[in-house]
Amino acid sequence: MSGSRPGVEDFGARLSFDRGEPGRRAVDVPSWAGEETPLPDDRLLRDSVRLPELSQGGLVRYYTALSALNYGIDSGTYPLGSCTMKYNPKVNDTVASLPGFARAHPQASEEDVQGTLRIQLELGSGLGELTGLPHVSFAPAAGAHGELAGVLMVARALEDRGELETRRRILVPDSAHGTNPATAAMAGFKVTQIPTAADGSLDRATIERELDETVAAVMVTAPNTLGLWERGIEEVAGLIHEAGGYLYGDGANFNAIMGRVRFGDLGFDVVHLNLHKSFSTPHGGGGPGAGPVCCSEELAPYLPTPVVEEGDDGFVRLVAPERSIGRLQQFQGNAAVLVRAYAYMRALGLDGLRAASGQAVLNANYVRALLHGHYDLPYDRPVLHEVVFSGSRQRRELGVRTYDIAKRLIDHGFHPPTVYFPLIVEEALMIEPTESEPPEAIEALVDALIAVAEEAKSDPDTLRHAPWTAPIGRLDEATAARRPVLRWQEDS
Amino acid sequence: MSSRSSGSPHPYIPATDVDRARMLERIGAPEVGALFADLPAAMRDPAIDLPPALPEADLIALMEEHAGANAAPTRPEFLGAGAYRRSIPAITGYLTGRSEFATSYTPYQPEISQGTLQAAFEYQSVVCELTGMDVSNAGLYDVASATAEACLLAARVTKRRAVALLEPIHPGTAEVVRTYARGAGLGVDTVVSPDAIREEHACLVAQQPDFLGTIVDLEPLAGAAHGVGALFVAVADPFALGLLRAPGDAGADIVTGEGRDLAGAPNYGGPSLGLFAARTKYLRQMPGRIVGRTRELADGNGGGEQRTGYVLTLQAREQFIRRERATSNVSTAQALIAVAFTITVQALGPSGMRGSAVLCYQRAHDAASRIAMLPGYEIPERGPWFQEFLVRGPIPAADLAAQLAARGIGAGLDVSARPEPEARDALLFAVTEATPDAHVDALIGALAEIGGAA
Repeated sequence: MSGSRPGVEDFGARLSFDRGEPGRRAVDVPSWAGEETPLPDDRLLRDSVRLPELSQGGLVRYYTALSALNYGIDSGTYPLGSCTMKYNPKVNDTVASLPGFARAHPQASEEDVQGTLRIQLELGSGLGELTGLPHVSFAPAAGAHGELAGVLMVARALEDRGELETRRRILVPDSAHGTNPATAAMAGFKVTQIPTAADGSLDRATIERELDETVAAVMVTAPNTLGLWERGIEEVAGLIHEAGGYLYGDGANFNAIMGRVRFGDLGFDVVHLNLHKSFSTPHGGGGPGAGPVCCSEELAPYLPTPVVEEGDDGFVRLVAPERSIGRLQQFQGNAAVLVRAYAYMRALGLDGLRAASGQAVLNANYVRALLHGHYDLPYDRPVLHEVVFSGSRQRRELGVRTYDIAKRLIDHGFHPPTVYFPLIVEEALMIEPTESEPPEAIEALVDALIAVAEEAKSDPDTLRHAPWTAPIGRLDEATAARRPVLRWQEDS
Repeated sequence: MSSRSSGSPHPYIPATDVDRARMLERIGAPEVGALFADLPAAMRDPAIDLPPALPEADLIALMEEHAGANAAPTRPEFLGAGAYRRSIPAITGYLTGRSEFATSYTPYQPEISQGTLQAAFEYQSVVCELTGMDVSNAGLYDVASATAEACLLAARVTKRRAVALLEPIHPGTAEVVRTYARGAGLGVDTVVSPDAIREEHACLVAQQPDFLGTIVDLEPLAGAAHGVGALFVAVADPFALGLLRAPGDAGADIVTGEGRDLAGAPNYGGPSLGLFAARTKYLRQMPGRIVGRTRELADGNGGGEQRTGYVLTLQAREQFIRRERATSNVSTAQALIAVAFTITVQALGPSGMRGSAVLCYQRAHDAASRIAMLPGYEIPERGPWFQEFLVRGPIPAADLAAQLAARGIGAGLDVSARPEPEARDALLFAVTEATPDAHVDALIGALAEIGGAA
């Protein structure tokens, strides 16, 4: 079937395994010239591995062609809500690849990695200042890993208080990222969902009703996934503490409040940050990230191992906290991501980070103002870093789904916003421009969204079959899940 | 800064004062600070102590200074114990450095993410080939967390409440399994023989090669696990699998592994990459992202060709849909590292994967036999081994390591506190295909000198 349009190759049909020729190779491996040691018994060995055989240039062309099918933050505006797709400074990559950092072995003695450890010490102290929660561990590899650390810390603290058997519930708002309830369950807790009030904040009455001696913690994303500040969260923190529970902060949206308000001052006990969001490290199409946890004095003994500490002698050490929940990774976390995040912090300083949060919030409110009226806005109040519109009017009146709107936006040259999240907004379109988009880019994005809203009226079929200009059209996801093909096969 | 007072606040933040004034007017806000009115006034704009901003040249100079405080990157280094120096083709870093790969998010919009998705499918294919398994996910954080996830999977499918780890296993892996198991309420038993596995165990976990470098015959271990209705989880070094029997052929139900070494520099351990592959029957219990192959919809816009494409699939397992009933909380993992791993393995190809593994084996054995010939040194063997070996010298292990360090050589890991008799007074050295000859010569010279003085 492929090839019926001239110049349109069915590129995806041919993997690297289907390219190349037997006997070609991309690199040379020298053979051993010294004395041969006999190989182990055959029953321990294999005959061969099936792998592609491409020349070096052939392999480079294949992966270059693949990269050209992708859209990155360097390609254009990427307003993916909740993901903080800001510009990734290139100097961060340059410094992370300095051989002194890059070649450091994870089992090296502390003497041999003082540079790496000092960076982690200073980054930790910066994050402690910015969050108001001065005790930090860099063990978690990503946000959800940081959540797991935080909830396990709460569990261990409750165990030491003799209350783990009775405090089995964690309260999670219905607007939370799915990782929050999934994490609570992984740590052995039951999840109670808290509804969102009409103004977009947590429903205070439900919280007050649910808070009792069975509650271990409340997990709150601040600002929340509607891009709204949790009004009165400092009072809720007081209520949680009176009831004997802990307040966990999901810092996924930290970009909105860097330098403006501190989790610790508000009464949060432990938070995780996503350095691949707020601190500009490249997301790599799904990682690597870094999800450090920052906590209060009370929870510090439970932090994951290791933490970095400076002695009176100026020597930086890796330490296992006294009542640590243990390790989360074999080694010390995603160190090269931390180097990038540190470089970002040092490039901006406090004024730069405040300018970033201020501009991120201004940009989101600019989107809100310009797009107002063209799409529904279920929670219509000033926002912080992102704004959640709804395509429910288009769905109801025109039979066009948010899904179609997102796909059509691709034809207008943009990566679509996050769609269908948070779950409490029907046909959600969650837009986070970040501070690194100039106003003209935001205006162009809004113009495109308005044009798509107009097209939804005049030519809905164009939306229903979009995108038209992407490297590939809509894919059959249902069949992909029903009859999974998950790897190359010789005859596929 | 005063000369730029009307300009943008930073090279990373483009809006100028003029832009801001125009935007604020459109919004109807007097100033940026007013947009934060919902935050509690008493807590707003707190005093925060951060070092001042640095221009790029100063930042680079500072970072060079920090990097210089680490051990010289050219120093002879014989640490292994979970991270091994590998020969990484130049094209790996070149290709993964392309910003279309590096600066994209998780591929939620497949039409403009085929690069990430098809590369992930390549990765899953490569992992299945190396491990001998049916299915692979798109990668987890690292080998230890992947192994912990394997234990949780085994507990879910067997409905058993304990797991067994066969020693010698990497202590970091064992510790991460304990961290996860404690949260899930599972017991963790370390065993020194597969005979110790019982019907209360959900799985037996064994490392290949084991923590002290020995090549393990996995088949009897799989047999022991299956004999009590438990799963067998192999924690395998994917580089060694260029030569060693695929764990799937030996009966493994799940294979985990560490992909960092084949992706690039050690980077003090991270970014890492957790391999996770399994039998098809456990597919819907697997953690993490999975990429599937499909076609364009027939009523789409592809001109009727229904070209081949790739999507995130089986998402009903995942946290963003299933929430507290998800198979794992994993979201962002190590996608770019998985692409790097794939490119290295494919650049090596079938002959290079085997050739490198054989070269590694030969070089390590040659170095070990040279050390064994030095007076006062012995290489305590526990069976056939791959790239790592124990060295017992004429002086206590810690002193030997210190003496080597004083000569500018990074010694192997001190394992003298371990319970295995062969590890008594021993350091664990790694020599690989990427260890320069001159480094091995320097090591032999230094050991001879230390031995002569002892």
